[in-house]
This record gives sequence, structure tokens and C-alpha cells, in this order.
Amino acid sequence: MPNTIPNRQAMCETLLELAESSRDIMVLASDSRGSAAMAPFAKRFPEQFVETGIAEQNIVGIAAGLAHSGKTPFVTSPACFLSMRSIEQIKVDVAYSNTNVKLIGISGGISYGALGMSHHSVQDIAVTRAIPGLAVVLPADRHETKKMTRAIAEYEGGVYVRIGRNPVEDVYEEDDDREFVLGKAVRLKDGGDLTLIAAGETVRIALDAAKLLEQSGIQARVLNMHTIKPLDTEAIIAAAEETGAIITLEEHSVYGGLGAAVAEVTSQHCPVPLKILGIPDEPAIAGKTAEVFRHYGLSAENVKELAERLTSVKAR
Amino acid sequence: MASILELKRKSLQIRKELMTMIHAAKGGHTGGSLSNTDILTALYYEVMKHDPNRPKLPERDRFVASKGHCVESLWCILADLGYFPKEELSTFSQFGTRLIGHPNNKVPGVEMNTGALGHGLAVSVGMALAAKRDGNPYRVYCLMGDGEQAEGSVWEAAMAGAHYKLDNLVGIIDRNRLQISGSTEDVMALEPLDRKWEAFGWHVVTVDGHDYGELLKAFSSVPEAAGKPTLLLANTVKGKGVSFAENKPEWHHHVPNDEQLKQAHEEIDAELAALADEQERSGAHA
Repeated sequence: MPNTIPNRQAMCETLLELAESSRDIMVLASDSRGSAAMAPFAKRFPEQFVETGIAEQNIVGIAAGLAHSGKTPFVTSPACFLSMRSIEQIKVDVAYSNTNVKLIGISGGISYGALGMSHHSVQDIAVTRAIPGLAVVLPADRHETKKMTRAIAEYEGGVYVRIGRNPVEDVYEEDDDREFVLGKAVRLKDGGDLTLIAAGETVRIALDAAKLLEQSGIQARVLNMHTIKPLDTEAIIAAAEETGAIITLEEHSVYGGLGAAVAEVTSQHCPVPLKILGIPDEPAIAGKTAEVFRHYGLSAENVKELAERLTSVKAR
Repeated sequence: MASILELKRKSLQIRKELMTMIHAAKGGHTGGSLSNTDILTALYYEVMKHDPNRPKLPERDRFVASKGHCVESLWCILADLGYFPKEELSTFSQFGTRLIGHPNNKVPGVEMNTGALGHGLAVSVGMALAAKRDGNPYRVYCLMGDGEQAEGSVWEAAMAGAHYKLDNLVGIIDRNRLQISGSTEDVMALEPLDRKWEAFGWHVVTVDGHDYGELLKAFSSVPEAAGKPTLLLANTVKGKGVSFAENKPEWHHHVPNDEQLKQAHEEIDAELAALADEQERSGAHA
């Protein structure tokens, strides 16, 4: 049965659990408590909830002030606005002032498929990862979202998280006992022929592609690079050295995101053939996530084809 | 409690030091630092609860310099109070210093890094809201520039401050009527500024920002309206206390040359001497 629980709901459930034992856990929303799935939190812990209205600069500034006073605020606001409208507050009030603010970009990437470029956030990783002192995280599914929420609540420092709007197919089993470690990639599948590196909702595609590749005798390693910053450079260098070719998959512009981050590492340490899959430099086409992903080659079938070509290039 | 004469003397010393510091660094925001020196002196030497030996004291009042370019007066005051050694003032704006041209929380006594305008009030709302939710008695003071009032984010925060009934929050506007390009009313008209803040739900008090009697009275009556944040509209003179810099927009970040520094010091010394006479006379009458 397909999963029906979106990551935002998984996050709310975890925050409700955390707030039971800590009155310093706070949630802020910019008229977004519904779309962030945080209405249950607002109802259960009204004294730990702050509504700012539609004011994304303000929500980040207020969160920084709360964090300065010992709170652990989770700012839940659409990724498209949070990562652009408030970027200076993120840079100055969170990263530069070193406040313990958790910025949760909801409905990220192309979640708001048909609403157009104003509502897409496919530059957020590029922008946030260039800011010193800010961690950047994209959980792959609801199970990882829960573990990540706990991990970043414990972590002292600013974090930008991007999650999507719709339920995503599970990547992990319910009882998977692997810990979520900020900055440490998860090797979901072993393989020596090439490596697929993905983050967020594209991790599932990478896994499916690896399964298809197995049928044609290609063993693909799959890395879930849930933390784009601090980046697990060791895992990337090992992938380059041990498998000799890399494909990156991301729900983000091909400029400045996961692929670029991987290229920055491989080109300087261990250059190997690399293909960056993502949204090209254009306003993304309208459609449901799966349709848009397929349009831009973010599908198991296309990744399989690319992988076959890449491994043959590598062989020469 | 410091007397008004003592506060005046202190502010003259601070003005002298900041002129020296800007002259040595060959850079700084002269005009705006001089216009808010009296406001900061009132806050740090009389109004705010704080302890230079315990900068992180939980119950301290918070000061946020939203107008981050007032930093020259702030550095001189923090050094004078012992937050860091006074000799360090000579490193202002020098290679590798922590005493940079905007507040920097690597320096004890600084709460938040500022410099980008229109940020401080939202941060102050967060601090004041945390105090309310936790039942802490501290107050939050946020100094803004008047040119800064053109930033839309100021008004987002103003709305939130009133919405959450933050009567532990005091916004202060250094209303010197000049910004880098000229008169605030020519650059982007602000008036009627008091009525704008009132319309946003704040209790507005207009004072002469160089008159310690008015400043202390206004600060001590906070919150005059329960459930409302206070906005202190402090009318000031940009470049106050240095005749050739007063009311001159170009002195926003003009640097005094050797001659000008000498003249500024002479003018301030004359005021200090007059103050000493006044103090002596009032002492004799006592």
C-alpha cells in the first residue's frame, strides 16, 4: 500500500513528542500552519506556537530573537518564500548571529507543481549552502524526517530543511535502526560500477534505478546525501575512487545544488565522469511531481539509460 | 542613580573617544553615532539592568542596535563600562579586529550581529515574546534609525509587537532627520511618523533625544500603556556636539582630519569645563 503520510505530518508528530518534554521547542508559522501540518501543534501547545501572519522576513527575525532567549524555534513556511524573501534574515540573524533556528521549508522543490515559478523552490539549496554556518538537509522519507527532526532539535545551530508537500514512497523500512547523523551520507545500496547520489524525494528514484540496473548486470552504489551541508566529502571521494562514475539526482536547479556540490569535491580530489540531473535553467514546467520529474529525466528508466552509457564511457 | 550632570559628562567623554577612534581608523559613521550618544548613555548608565562582569546574566535587559552603524558610540560605552579593555578601542576597524564597523556578538555585551537595516525590531519582538511566554521580567530596547523606517520589515515587526501586546518592548527612533542622501523627507517621506506608529498599535512618546530629563522620564514610565509596546521618538541632531558636523548629511560617514579632530576635542572640552562649573555651582548651592 502506498504511503499516505507526508513528511510534514511526520515532522509535526515528532515535534509534538519533543514538546511534551521541552517547553523550549517552538513552532512558528506564517499563515502556514495548515500547509505545514502544524495545526495539531498549535492546538496542543498554544504557548509554544507563534503565528506571524504572511511576513517571512519577520518570522525569521522573531525566531532568531526567540532562539537568542534559549528557545529552539522551528520556522515552518513555504520553501519558496522562506529561502528567498527571508534570505537576508537567514544570513544575518540566524547564520551570522549564530542563533539556534530551524528553518523548515515546506512544500519545497516543485511540490506546488501548477502554481508556477513564484511557488517553486529550486534555487534554495544553492542559496542556503553558500551561507557559512548554516546546515542544509533534505530528508528522503517520513521515517528519515522523524529521525532528522530529533537530530536537528538536539544540534545547536542554524539549519535549513526542505521537505515536500505530498506523501513520498518510503525509502526506509519502519524498523530501520540506522541513526540519522547530520553530515553523514547513508549508503542505501552497495555497488562498484557507478554511484547514484540523491537527496530528498529523488532518493527513491535512485533506488528504483539501481534495481533496474541490477537486471542488466550493473551494480550501482546508492548514496542518500540527506545533508548537503556539511557535506560528506569522504563518501563522495570514496564513491569516485571505488566506482569511477557518478550520477546526481535532485529536485533543484542543476546550478548550485547537490550536483554542483558533488562536482566541487570530485573535480578537485578525484575527477570522474559525472552527470548532474535536475531542473534545467528555466521556469519549471507545470505538472504533478512525477510528471515534472519524468519530463526532466528524473526517472528510474532514464537514470538506468544514463548509467549504462556512463559505465561504458568509464570502461574506455 | 547617576545624576543628569554625570550622564552629560559621560556622554561628552564618549563623544570625544568616538571622534578619536573614527579619526584613527580613518572610517566610521560619525554623524549617526553622535546623534544617538545621549540615548545610549541614558540606557547603559541609568536605565538598563545589566552587569559588565556577567554579560549573559539571564535577567539582564536586552539592547539591540538595529541601527548597527551606531556602533562607534556603543564600542566606546561598552569599553568604558568594562565589557572589554579600553585599549582595544584602538583596533577599531583594523585587520582581524572584533571591533568591526557594526555590532558583533563576539564582543561581550553585544546580543546580536546587526548592520543590515530593518532586522533588529523583529529580533527584539522575538526576545520580548520569549520573556512574556516564560514570565521573565527583562525588557528589550531596540534602537532604529529614521532612514531605516523605509524598510518594510520594520513595519512587519511593528505589527507583531502590538499583536502580541509586548509592553516589555521599547523601540527607539534616532530621529535626526538626515540620511546619507539628504533629508529623510526628501529621500522617502516618513511624516507623520508618530501617527504611523500609533496606527500600528504602539504607545508613542516624543522626546528631545539630547535632554536627559526627558529621556529618563520617558524610559522610567514604560510601559505607560499596559499591553502596548512603547515607541520613543527621539528628536536628535545628526553630528550632535561637533559644530561642523551638526545637521550635515555628508557627515554620515565623513572622517575628521587632524585639524577637525582637534577642533572637535576643543569644543567638547569647553562643554566639559562648562559642565564642571555648573556642577560646582549646584554643589555650592546644595
